[in-house]
Amino acid sequence: MSVESANTPTPRRKRSLFEELELDTRLLGMIGAFILVALVFNVLTDGRFLTPRNIFNLTIQTVSVAIMATGMVFVIVTRHIDLSVGAVLAACSALMAMTQVRILPGMGFEIGHWAIPWVAIAAGILLGALIGAFNGWLIGYQGIPAFIVTLGGFLIWRNVGWYQTNGQTIGPLDQTFMMFGGINGTLGGTVSWIIGVIAIVLAIFGIFNARRVKLAHNFPVKPMWAEVSLAVIATAAIAGFIGILTSYEVPARVVARDPAKYGCEVAEGCAAVYGLPISVLLLIAIAAIMTVVARKTRFGRYIFATGGNPDAAELSGINTRMLTVKIFMLMGVLCALAAVVASSRLANHSNDLGTLDELRVIAAAVIGGTALSGGIGTIYGAILGALIMQSLQSGMAMVGVDAPLQNIVVGAVLVVAVFIDIQYRKRMGAK
Amino acid sequence: MTPLVEMKNVSIAFGGVQAVDNVSIDLYPGEVVGLLGHNGAGKSTLIKMLSGAYKMDSGEIWINGHKAQIHSPRDARHYNIETIYQTLALADNLDAASNLFLGRELTTGLGFVDDDRMEAETRKIMARLNPNFKKLKEPVSALSGGQRQSVAIARAVYFNAKILIMDEPTAALGVHETAMVAELIQELKKQGLGIFLISHDTREMMELCDRVAVMKNGQMVGTERVEDVTEDDILSMIILGKNPKAAA
Repeated sequence: MSVESANTPTPRRKRSLFEELELDTRLLGMIGAFILVALVFNVLTDGRFLTPRNIFNLTIQTVSVAIMATGMVFVIVTRHIDLSVGAVLAACSALMAMTQVRILPGMGFEIGHWAIPWVAIAAGILLGALIGAFNGWLIGYQGIPAFIVTLGGFLIWRNVGWYQTNGQTIGPLDQTFMMFGGINGTLGGTVSWIIGVIAIVLAIFGIFNARRVKLAHNFPVKPMWAEVSLAVIATAAIAGFIGILTSYEVPARVVARDPAKYGCEVAEGCAAVYGLPISVLLLIAIAAIMTVVARKTRFGRYIFATGGNPDAAELSGINTRMLTVKIFMLMGVLCALAAVVASSRLANHSNDLGTLDELRVIAAAVIGGTALSGGIGTIYGAILGALIMQSLQSGMAMVGVDAPLQNIVVGAVLVVAVFIDIQYRKRMGAK
Repeated sequence: MTPLVEMKNVSIAFGGVQAVDNVSIDLYPGEVVGLLGHNGAGKSTLIKMLSGAYKMDSGEIWINGHKAQIHSPRDARHYNIETIYQTLALADNLDAASNLFLGRELTTGLGFVDDDRMEAETRKIMARLNPNFKKLKEPVSALSGGQRQSVAIARAVYFNAKILIMDEPTAALGVHETAMVAELIQELKKQGLGIFLISHDTREMMELCDRVAVMKNGQMVGTERVEDVTEDDILSMIILGKNPKAAA
């Protein structure tokens, strides 16, 4: 007598492998699409696409858009839209760059003072939160459609940044600040593996703790072999990801510039790897927090309820206006964090930073299964969506596809992805 | 005996249309009061002022002999007023438990929503109200009209409503499910709840209610005990807007 049959006395019909694993079929489809894209490009580029180096670059290029896409999920789930994220990113980046390059040094802080990057980041986050809250207030309390408010913001905020900087490129940015950019801030082999092991332990604990809680409430659970398989898949995925990132070696000439940074006395015979970028760690942390917010907090529950039926939410005593302010404020904060990553990756602030990001972010959320009709969307979907878009773009660039064709393909993929999603939902009988 | 609810001289207008005009009505514990009238007579509007969805222009609401301030659905819940709307007011994309506890989620010690406990509580109350209810994991959009209705009713019952407002509770239901709702109303009555029931079905109202109040063009035509009137009397009140007995 196996464990699960003791808890489910009713006879069970024979179920397929996927049903037993209780995996999200949409998630599987997206992962499948992503793997297909990666494999095709790998063939077309004679194996250059799936090198540790390119995968490393792909992840750090995705981070900025992916961070904003997690917030866009909440915005779209509540039936709103935010067209101003790229412009808000530019405004926050301008303020942060001015703070660390001009304002704080002008106040007597010497270049490289430890407080400079943190004050700059705090200022950027504050600005993002204020802009977002203001947008949310206009939308929630004044009833101006989000499309209009953020279309205005799209024109306003980038140019507010322009005024701050007089249109100049501001740089070089603080050394510590630039650690958030990707290649300039990686954790190396050992720390990356420690984080990987922690992630694996957390994943396994999560899977079996959920099972324990379900059993405590006498809910049906998956068979043990399914849980174990999931744990094995999760372990393999995390270990594989860390393994790839830690096999990207720092070129010898880079090590030679500053051997001490890589833990060597002399450059000769010093081998070092990049490992997990801090920016990617930041994205993973944001994704985890946003997922918990979406699934396990009242705030998240109200976001999805309001998206599903605004009237029902209102009648249930939810303050949907204040909810709108909070959602857009969160979006603004995420724009500021994305601005940290985007500007530090380029080592300076330029006024065109984040141009067209609003469209990439919306596309990432939508490809990731967020429905514009509201109520449906996932954080991991949006991040996968961002990754798929970035893979397509850099893959086509590597293959040497003409620039106009690249945009045509990305546009077509967006529409086809939504088409497939709608067909899938119809077949599943949900709205 | 103090009435559970007294609405005194209540009025509300929408853009020049007097939707409810100086209406008074009361409700006692363990009583079912039916509201009848044509579409647009003002039944739903009257009741939405009690449930906090609309703010009245003038008049007073007294609950248990105390003057009540009801400005939002949250205020109404504070007075243990629960409403089952005609449109059901469920978030279609969420499951039954999330809907049942919407706005009043059970949380763990850390402040996170406790889905497992909410699901367990939902199983318990559904076993009582609708033993056939099995689709606990699916979004409520996948449920039948009757199942959705039982989620809405479960919400009112679980949170110990003292005053229950049911706006066309059987409109979307089949015969069996309608009987189930009727049974439930009798049971809740026994527990001492006061129920306002809105319906178009005069015969059903005569069976379920203790008193019926008839409205026409935003005004109260009259309130009668069901044993004192015939179905025809009620119909003439609805259609002609006057009480045949008073006229006689």
